[in-house]
Amino acid sequence: MDFIAIFSIFVLACFVGYFVVWSVTPALHTPLMSVTNAISSVIIVGALIASAAAGSASSKWLGLAAVVMASINIFGGFAVTARMLAMYKKKER
Amino acid sequence: NPWAATAYLIAGVFFILALRGLSSPASSQRGNRFGMAGMTIAVVTTLLTHVPWKTGDATNSFAGVDPVAMAEILGAIAIGAVIGIVMARKIAMTAMPQLVAAFHSLVGLAAVAVGAAAFLNPEAFGIGMSVLFTDYAGSGGAIVGGDRVEWINSVSAIEMGLGVAIGAITFSGSVIAFLKLNGNMSGAPIMLPGRHIINLGTLVAILALIGVFASGYQPQWLFWTIMGLSFAIGFLLIIPIGGADMPVVVSMLNSYSGWAAAAMGFTLGNTAMIITGALVGSSGAILSYIMCRAMNRSFISVIAGGFGGDDAAA
Repeated sequence: MDFIAIFSIFVLACFVGYFVVWSVTPALHTPLMSVTNAISSVIIVGALIASAAAGSASSKWLGLAAVVMASINIFGGFAVTARMLAMYKKKER
Repeated sequence: NPWAATAYLIAGVFFILALRGLSSPASSQRGNRFGMAGMTIAVVTTLLTHVPWKTGDATNSFAGVDPVAMAEILGAIAIGAVIGIVMARKIAMTAMPQLVAAFHSLVGLAAVAVGAAAFLNPEAFGIGMSVLFTDYAGSGGAIVGGDRVEWINSVSAIEMGLGVAIGAITFSGSVIAFLKLNGNMSGAPIMLPGRHIINLGTLVAILALIGVFASGYQPQWLFWTIMGLSFAIGFLLIIPIGGADMPVVVSMLNSYSGWAAAAMGFTLGNTAMIITGALVGSSGAILSYIMCRAMNRSFISVIAGGFGGDDAAA
């Protein structure tokens, strides 16, 4: 894909991110931060590509290390958000 | 591959719905599930489109899916899953901010590792070429016959340099934020003499070296120096910020981790990483602004802690 096409996607996504969180309730700041953190582990996509690429052993092992780190973040991030939200719901009742 | 691009787009939409859902209590749990669904789509799509491939050689003509490499990848995901779930279960609710800081440091380090992997194997990522020199003549003495020399094209080199730099800043900054929140390090701001000059100098040096890297001069030491300086600046930028401002810093580092993912996405030409990185980057920045406002703190003085003059309030 040419640079301008992917750059357009990037700029539009920036605007979506800008508008989507403005109305957040103060009590949800920490859960929102933790879900954003979990989502940022999309870097695992790059890590998976690096682990599957042939040609360099060191490159592959760096990729696998990144897969472990990103995967901790995915599972831990979503699990911890779910835990916080469950607690929040109990308080509401 | 149009199917993969479509799947990545759907993952991006799910992430938008996740962020939106987390904005109000009623939809928050659904939002979290949207996030999980989006991540599952992104991971499964990548696993299916980037299967480790084994080519035949002289002794073995087998060519096909490499079962060992596939097992290693799935094993790596499983190890991370176990560690992540155990951490999330065991952590005390009061220790939540430090846990999020610790998780950020992992994203930052993962971005650095992906950048280094791409640097070491540019051909596999379609961002450069590697040339095997077999001839001494005309190489000016610098290159010896048999040396493999790799070039990364300048646009990719800039993207990769920025991704690695931001990832490294996220890592070392998050480690400091974790230590301060966890009480392993005093929450008091640490003011180095002449820190403005040091910080500014380091930032300028990083940008200049990325410029050199993009110009085509790409020895290994240059790449590692960019990485090392970025680790240092992440550390330097966060130590002057007081413990009370740490939640905002954690949110800001979250935003950085998004920008790092987006930069690596540009390097790899991967739309899932670009869309999601941009979403996380900009929403994280807005969230830290909102948090500052809620705490009655000036956004600029917190973020520019290393540079700012608002020292008394920490």
